[in-house]
Amino acid sequence: MKKLFNRPVRIPAKQRIVTKTLFHFFAVGYLVWLFYAGINDQLGGDPVEALLNATGIMAINLLLFTLALSPLAQRLPCGDLITYRRMSGIYVFVYALMHFLTYIGFELGFDFSLIGSELLKRPYIMVGFTALIILLLLTITSVNKVRRKMGRKWQTLHNFVYLALGLAILHYTWALKTGWQSPVFYWIGAILLVLSRQRILRLLKINS
Amino acid sequence: MTRRFTPTVVLKDNDVTDETIYTQRRKLLKQMGFLGTGALLSGGANAFGWFSDDEETAVSAPRPLDFKQNTTWGQDETLTPYEKVTQFNNFYEFGTGKEDPAKNAQNFKVDPWTLSIDGMVENPITLGYEELFSKFALEERIYRLRCVEAWSMVIPWTGFQLSHLLAMAKPLSSAKYVAFETLDSPTQMPGIRNAFVGGGLDYPYIEGLRLDEAAHPLTMMAVGVYGKTLPGQNGAPIRLVVPWKYGFKSIKSIVKITLTDKKPPTTWNQLAKQEYGFYANVNPNVDHPRWSQASERRITRGGLFKQTRIPTQLFNGYSEVAPLYANMDLTKQF
Repeated sequence: MKKLFNRPVRIPAKQRIVTKTLFHFFAVGYLVWLFYAGINDQLGGDPVEALLNATGIMAINLLLFTLALSPLAQRLPCGDLITYRRMSGIYVFVYALMHFLTYIGFELGFDFSLIGSELLKRPYIMVGFTALIILLLLTITSVNKVRRKMGRKWQTLHNFVYLALGLAILHYTWALKTGWQSPVFYWIGAILLVLSRQRILRLLKINS
Repeated sequence: MTRRFTPTVVLKDNDVTDETIYTQRRKLLKQMGFLGTGALLSGGANAFGWFSDDEETAVSAPRPLDFKQNTTWGQDETLTPYEKVTQFNNFYEFGTGKEDPAKNAQNFKVDPWTLSIDGMVENPITLGYEELFSKFALEERIYRLRCVEAWSMVIPWTGFQLSHLLAMAKPLSSAKYVAFETLDSPTQMPGIRNAFVGGGLDYPYIEGLRLDEAAHPLTMMAVGVYGKTLPGQNGAPIRLVVPWKYGFKSIKSIVKITLTDKKPPTTWNQLAKQEYGFYANVNPNVDHPRWSQASERRITRGGLFKQTRIPTQLFNGYSEVAPLYANMDLTKQF
């Protein structure tokens, strides 16, 4: 594998703080702005659908970004990129949670019998909900203390992030009325990402 | 007989979003999109309909129509505001996103237009653009529109009963069904040119009704909304409105109506039989396989905290059509 740089690129501590702050600013800011606009009926014809789309798509975008950090860190190489991964991953969960809350709160109007029956009866909702649960577990176990305590099991659990990615894109594909839409590109992106992980490829080869 | 246009809702000045604020909103949205997605280097941002380039171009302004009001229906309903009726549309020929049609149909040319009524009729008819508005006396009716996606609107349509047009064409006694077809114009409709824009549907869009459904007094051909000619995204220059059926039955921008003795194929039914039936009557007891149809979100004015979820009614509340389906199992023939 040809690398872009001969020597590992370092990101100085100061720049790391600045870029992380910017990341927080945009990730939180976009969310706050979305809800502010939605509450004030400034999100087009149906603020609920707009919010569902925006939070859901952003969660998947962020997940792809998070998962791209590790292959990038290897190939550039720039190991410091890994320091952004947890932060970005937690925002995946935050956006997914907001997506879910928007669905049960604004779409279904906190009608708990309807929420219950939709969760149990609708495969695409179940698939999305499963992805959310995986993300929840990953978020809870992302604290350093927990990570240390879990030892090798931590990595096993966190490998499930790839399942979450597949489920999330499946959920998106399934929610639409026709198949020939943007999820096609997301599937391609996800497959490229998996193919870029040497570790996964090695695992697959051993298994086959 | 006809009367000057009087609005059915009285909107005060403070109800109107100032145009500069409205355009700022779009600009802000777009900027946020670029900043947000750009900063995060997130892939697939192009898929995000809002954030793609949406420079507004000149709109051929809808013009007022002459009509009388028919106050039989919907007088006690809260209307969905004009800007929502015209900015939130399903019209896959102009894109699958809800805001795509308003954007992509701005330069949609509808004059000249030809609507032909043929097939099993004694008297085939061809209507030109002007005749769509002059052949029949226009009336305004307030109807509920229930989308198969479980949201609904209340809309004042301007038009005429389809039965008047059918009477003029004189269906043969052998005719049992009415087939409708949307304009098929790849040059004007990006969704037909590009499968990714149009969701890969099989175009032209086609729909159908049983003849007795088509001839029912509720079934309407609309040429206007809110007292003005239809904007492109709402199905200019002429569309069907069948208020007791899911919205996708109300086919837009119609060029052809054909009387036939065979049940005509319909677009969504061809794509997914188990999800979209030929009848597509609004029915709270028959769920879409992927979501419940028991209730719906009514889109009116107001943001996130003013959402109202209301029970869906059989036939969308138009119980007068029930005799049409007297001996049918509506869970099987949905």
